[in-house]
Amino acid sequence: MYSQGLIGADGGSEETQEFLDAFQARIDAEEKIEPTDPMPEGYRRTLVRQIGQHAHSEVVGMLPEGNWISRAPSLKRKLALLAKVQDEGGHGLYLYSAAETLGVTREQMTEELLDGTAKYSSIFNYPTLSWADMGAVGWLVDGAAIMNQIPLCRCSYGPYARAMIRVCAEESFHQRQGYEIMLTLCKGTPAQKEMAQDALNRLWWPCLMMFGPHDGDSAHSEKSMKWKIKRFSNDELRGKFIAATVRQAEFLGLTIPDPDLKWDDSLNGGKGGYHHGEIDWSEFWRVVKGDGVMNVERVEMRKAAWDDGAWVREAALAHAAKRSAKMAAE
Amino acid sequence: MALYQALIELADDHLVLGQRLSEWCGHAPILEEDLALSNFALDVIGTARSLYAYAAEVEGKGRSEDDLAYLRSEREYLNCLLVERPNVDFAHTMLRQFYFASLMEPFWQAAVNSDDKVIAGIAGKAVKEMAYHIRHAGEWIVRLGDGTEESGARMRAAIVALHPYWEEMFTPCECDALPDRAALRSGWEANVKAVFAEAGLEWPEPVYGHVGGRKGEHSEVLGRMLSDMQYLQRAHPGATW
Repeated sequence: MYSQGLIGADGGSEETQEFLDAFQARIDAEEKIEPTDPMPEGYRRTLVRQIGQHAHSEVVGMLPEGNWISRAPSLKRKLALLAKVQDEGGHGLYLYSAAETLGVTREQMTEELLDGTAKYSSIFNYPTLSWADMGAVGWLVDGAAIMNQIPLCRCSYGPYARAMIRVCAEESFHQRQGYEIMLTLCKGTPAQKEMAQDALNRLWWPCLMMFGPHDGDSAHSEKSMKWKIKRFSNDELRGKFIAATVRQAEFLGLTIPDPDLKWDDSLNGGKGGYHHGEIDWSEFWRVVKGDGVMNVERVEMRKAAWDDGAWVREAALAHAAKRSAKMAAE
Repeated sequence: MALYQALIELADDHLVLGQRLSEWCGHAPILEEDLALSNFALDVIGTARSLYAYAAEVEGKGRSEDDLAYLRSEREYLNCLLVERPNVDFAHTMLRQFYFASLMEPFWQAAVNSDDKVIAGIAGKAVKEMAYHIRHAGEWIVRLGDGTEESGARMRAAIVALHPYWEEMFTPCECDALPDRAALRSGWEANVKAVFAEAGLEWPEPVYGHVGGRKGEHSEVLGRMLSDMQYLQRAHPGATW
C-alpha cells in the first residue's frame, strides 16, 4: 500500500516493505519519479521541505541584493542587478510550482515562512554592507548554490530536477556577473579593492556554512542520498567549492580569510583538495535558529509585503468572481 | 541644444520612474508582480540609457550616459513631477504607470518613422513595451476599481493624489525631431477615461495642475531619490564600476 495525499501526516509511514522495495528499484534504475507516481510519504515530505526551503531562499534572497538596486553605481549595473533579483523571484516561482505538484499550496508554504516554521538558507541573514557585496554574493553565494544545485538537476523527482536545469543556467550567469563586479573593483581604486576584500572577509565563512553541517552531523542526509534527492555529501560539495574558489580569489589578488587553508595532494583519493580551518558551527546554528543580524528584518519584510498586498490579492479574486458571474448571466 | 534638452527631459522621466518602480522588487503583493514591476523598471531604465547615450553624443562634450544620470543635481533634472511621486501603494503605482505609458505609447508610435535614426530605433523598441505596460497597468486599474470596497477606495485615493500631476506631461518641448506631446492630450484623456469607465471609476473635477519639473523645480522627494541613487558615484569620483 502506498499512501498518497498524506501531507501533514506525521511520523511513521504505512508503506509495506514490498512497496518500498519497488520504489527503491525505480530510484536505483535512475527512473524519474513524477507527481502522480506512487511514492513513500517520507520521500514526499522530504521533497516538500527541501523544495519549499529552496523556494523561500530564492524569495528571501531577493532582499539582500534588492538593498542595492537603488544605489547601483552605473545604469548598466543597475539593470543587471535588477534583472538578477528578478531572476531569483522567477526561481522562487518555478520552485513553488514544483512543490505544489506534491500537494501543498504556495499560500501554505508562504504562511510557514512567515510564522517561522519553514526555513531558508542561513546566508540571507547576513547584511549586504557595500557595493562589493553585490559582487561577492554573485561570486560566492551563487557559486556555492551552483555546487549544491548542479547535482539536483539529476534529482530523482522529475519536476524538481527540471526546474533546477533552468535555475542552474541562470545561476551560472549570475556567478560570472558577480565575479566580473569583483574583477572591476579589484582593478579599480585602492578603496574599491579594499571594499572587495572586506566583502570576501565577511562572506567567506557564511558561504562555507551554506553546505550544511559536517557529514557526521547531518540529520537527513543518509535517506536523501538513498532516494537520490541528494547525490553528494555536504563535505564533498564544500570541498569542491573551496577548490574552485581559491584560484578565482588568487586571480583577483584577494586573500581568503583562512590562515589554515592548505592544499593536500593526498585528499580525495589522490586528486588533492584543501584543508580548511574550523567552521564556527555555533554561529551557524545561532543564525539558523533565528539569531542572525538580519533574521528578524528579513521575515518582517516578507510579512509586510504579504500583509500589505492582501487587499490587492483580494481585489483580484473579487473582480474575477464578479466577471465570471457576469459572463454566466449573459 | 533643443534636441539635447528634449532628450534629457525624456531620459529623466524614464530613469526617475524606473528608480521608483525598482523599489517594489522584493516587496510586491504577489511574486508575479515582483517580476512584472521589475520588468517595467528594466524597460524604462533601458530606454533611459539609450536616451542619455544619445543626449551625450548630441551634446558633444565627452560626457557619458552615467555622467548625465549620476552627476547632475536635482535642479538639473528635467523629469515631470508625476514620475517622481512616491509609490505609496500598488494602486498609486499602477495608476502612475498607466498615465505615463498611455502618453508614451502614442508618443513613440509617432516617433517610429522619425528621420532621426537613433530616435526611430529607441521608439521602435519602446513602443512595444509601453503597449504592454498600458495593458498590464490598465487591467489592474479595472481589477482594483471594480474589486472590493477597499481596493476601490484606494484606487479613488490614487486618482485624487495624482490628479494635479498628469497635465504637466503634455508641456510642449521645443524640438522638431520629437513628436508634439500637446497634440496627444485629447487621445490620452479619451483612453484613460474609457478604462476608468470600465473600472467604475470617475474622472475627477479639474484641480490646479502642478508644473516645474521641466525647469528643474521639483518636489522634495527627488533630491532624496538622487542622493541615494548617486551616492557611490559622488563618494568615489572618477572610479570605474
